[in-house]
Amino acid sequence: MAGVRVLVGTRKGAFVLTSDGARKKWNVDGPFFGGWEIYHVKGSPVDPDRIYAAQNTSWFGQLIQRSDDGGKTWNPMDNDFTYQSPTHDHLWYDGTPKPWEFVRVWHLEPSLDDPDTVYAGVQDAALYRSADGGKSWTELTGLREHPTAGGWMPGAGGLCLHTIIQDPTRPERMHIAISAAGTFRTDDAGQTWRPVNKGLHSEGLPDPNAEVGHCVHHVAMHPSRPDVLFMQKHWDVMRSDDGGDSWTEVSGDLPSDFGFTIDVHAHEPETIYVVPIKSDSEHYPPDGKLRVYRSRTGGNEWEALTNGLPQSDCYVNILRDAMDVDSLDPCGVYFGTTGGQVYGSSDGGDSWAPIVRDLSAVLSVEVQELP
Amino acid sequence: MIRVTLPAHLRTIAKVSGEVTLELDGEVTPRAIVDALEAQYPALRGTIRDRSTKRRRAFVRFYACSEDISHDPDDTPLPHEIVEGKEPFMIVGAMSGG
Repeated sequence: MAGVRVLVGTRKGAFVLTSDGARKKWNVDGPFFGGWEIYHVKGSPVDPDRIYAAQNTSWFGQLIQRSDDGGKTWNPMDNDFTYQSPTHDHLWYDGTPKPWEFVRVWHLEPSLDDPDTVYAGVQDAALYRSADGGKSWTELTGLREHPTAGGWMPGAGGLCLHTIIQDPTRPERMHIAISAAGTFRTDDAGQTWRPVNKGLHSEGLPDPNAEVGHCVHHVAMHPSRPDVLFMQKHWDVMRSDDGGDSWTEVSGDLPSDFGFTIDVHAHEPETIYVVPIKSDSEHYPPDGKLRVYRSRTGGNEWEALTNGLPQSDCYVNILRDAMDVDSLDPCGVYFGTTGGQVYGSSDGGDSWAPIVRDLSAVLSVEVQELP
Repeated sequence: MIRVTLPAHLRTIAKVSGEVTLELDGEVTPRAIVDALEAQYPALRGTIRDRSTKRRRAFVRFYACSEDISHDPDDTPLPHEIVEGKEPFMIVGAMSGG
């Protein structure tokens, strides 16, 4: 029977959770890189044993680790994320100019067809590509050199490039998202980029049609429909049916449309999941109830999924990269919390159970299916 | 032979235990030691000093013969006790919790 491997990045290390296809009993390995912040761990879709991890501390900076045996052993790769063209200023929180400065890697996105190719999204916002398994990195400078970049402003977590989505049908097309600049799309494999934020409306931006400045928290796509994108913005859940050219709000009857994470069911491209958070200054679920909301209609109509989740006194957050799905049948759904729990559902979200509940704050959750 | 002590996390990254020993040609300075250390253990590049600016990371300090020399110029010659291997050059992580 096929199995699953859940890769968990936390504030104090990485963990590898494995189970058979029933997804009821779990084996927990870790911590790997104990004491380090692991913003992201993700495996190659074409070689599940090839896994990349972003490892960072304020003390010793950024490292990239690679495993070639499914997370059992790891080796450090190159960590030179020096900007590869002249840097300019972006806006600081107070509206004054601030020089671009590398802080950390937020997201690693392995290529859809080559285990040696991987993209890295970093803070301050830039996109890198490695074609040799992380041994060297090349910046795709066209993004950071975009004419709007001087007006990009950090979100609360920094000016971070946190989302990278490859189009499975058009290798030259890719979407990325930056807090708080917005979403950008390339149609020439990363050489040039354009903002694709039409229809986004953000409090605090005086121009209702602002091209950039939107605090996009996460974007998700179903591989069978690459032109349909779902977005959890700072406030508002959005969808696009034209590859990001335009967006419409689908928050509908959610109890709050603030949140960080969003994902799509593996087999039902109109079924999406979010975890509403009370507000931008109260980063916990409304009413102390941890509820995943599922829409089977691509948004607007939502149902609360509560079976197995705490329904009182719960004040955790679920961060942008901390939810993923598996492609088994029924679809599995997984998410991690800042309280250190990783919850899993093996029935598309109808019921939940904690896989682990006492880790450090969970920063990322990624799932692999094993042969 | 130069002796160097590393913080626990950097020993893990370099996959070493205990002190590290280096052979240096020329004058023994903090810059020369870190250059040799990074050449011998490439995984440590960027963990002690910035990859491009070469500035010491803010949460890392250098000690020689019980003295904090972190703010001395990088090319300052180190005491003979370090040069002769009687004392280790200490690379220390800030005691700032977390």
